Amino acid sequence: MASAKEIIAYRVAQDLKDGDVINLGIGLPTMVANYIPEGVEVTIQSENGILGMDRVANEGEELKDVINSGGQPVLITPGACFFDSSMSFGIIRGGHVDVTVLGALQVDEKGNLASHVVPGKMVPGMGGAMDLVVGAKEVIIATTHTQKGVAKILKEITLPATAVKCVDKIVTELCVIQVTDAGLELTEIAPGVTVEEVQAQTEATLIVSGDLKTMAVPAE
Amino acid sequence: MKNKIVSVQEAVSHINDGCSIMIGGFLGCGTSELMMDAIVEKGVKDLTIIGNDTAYVGVGAGKLICAKQVKHVIATHIGTNKETGNQMTSGETEVTLVPQGSLAEKIRAAGMGLGAVITPTGVGTDVAIGKETMTIDGREYLVEPPVRADVAILKGSIVDKAGNVYYEGTSKNFQEVMAMAADTVIVEAEKLVEVGELDPNYVMTPAILVDYIIVGGDK
Repeated sequence: MASAKEIIAYRVAQDLKDGDVINLGIGLPTMVANYIPEGVEVTIQSENGILGMDRVANEGEELKDVINSGGQPVLITPGACFFDSSMSFGIIRGGHVDVTVLGALQVDEKGNLASHVVPGKMVPGMGGAMDLVVGAKEVIIATTHTQKGVAKILKEITLPATAVKCVDKIVTELCVIQVTDAGLELTEIAPGVTVEEVQAQTEATLIVSGDLKTMAVPAE
Repeated sequence: MKNKIVSVQEAVSHINDGCSIMIGGFLGCGTSELMMDAIVEKGVKDLTIIGNDTAYVGVGAGKLICAKQVKHVIATHIGTNKETGNQMTSGETEVTLVPQGSLAEKIRAAGMGLGAVITPTGVGTDVAIGKETMTIDGREYLVEPPVRADVAILKGSIVDKAGNVYYEGTSKNFQEVMAMAADTVIVEAEKLVEVGELDPNYVMTPAILVDYIIVGGDK
């Protein structure tokens, strides 16, 4: 059976459209690239200065001075290009990235996101996250539904915000949630999971869509 | 033509106690290790370093952190160098974290002669604390002041003897904006070529911005 992370990455990938420019955060979001549907061609941006990023390079096939934003040597696709940080974040902030996929520590019913800092415990810095969630046309949060049983989808975030009112969609191993002006709308639910079970693991009150669908999951 | 090619020793004579230094590179990709080593050897203190990150322990800007030469770090991310985090927690080193796109633009603004950057990034977050905001067409923006430095330390993949620079792949990162925003600009040439050998179409940093060239790389 697929792991929670595989289920999430697979589902996020189904939303991508042919021609999309996407930016994938480090960790789980990176796995989205493994599930891009057939016939859909996307251009992956890496904020350190690549459009047309391919997979991580194996030993011996590294390109000179070509890394991803996590510092790993990567390959590039035909037609790729490199640019400096100012251009890279112009592309991001200027709305030229269609979809950004990031993880979250907490997300709330207004679409506020906390993803970069736990004061006193984990203070690595925001890197490019604040610009990405402000600038991308669509912000998809890819996260496990809870953190060791503790809810991450809240009425109001308690950790410092990465950005306010920025999240469009939340994809977890249990469901898909759309952020709307009225609150969090449960639009899809994983096979074998009940609405009550999802709500029990969510602090925010979910609005169940009148058109609740079954979430697409990877084939066995 | 003025000779810009100097020894590492001469280049490092421009780095003194209390200097602010922009360090090109992203997790060490595009960082002049020659200059980092020379600064460590010189032992100058109370530096302010400005750059994307502090790389790793023993790599790039991380070398200056580990040698405890840094008073203030202005960066977007320090998570890859645990020593920076330790010094921040103990209070030895001040760390100012800046969103990556905002840092690039703040440096660019300084180099381009602009008074500030007006950006939506950071609105409603801790980054906005103490900063002026503006509302333009109904959207809120932060007013981010420019960032300058005494010295910029860059690394070019190909540099001609006049100081024109080409950066390979993702080694461009912050280097082009940094080249404009410091009083003194030092470039390590991974490969040094004669004037005329670097195609003008591939020049990313014009020679007039470069003060000193040190020869590194494939020696």
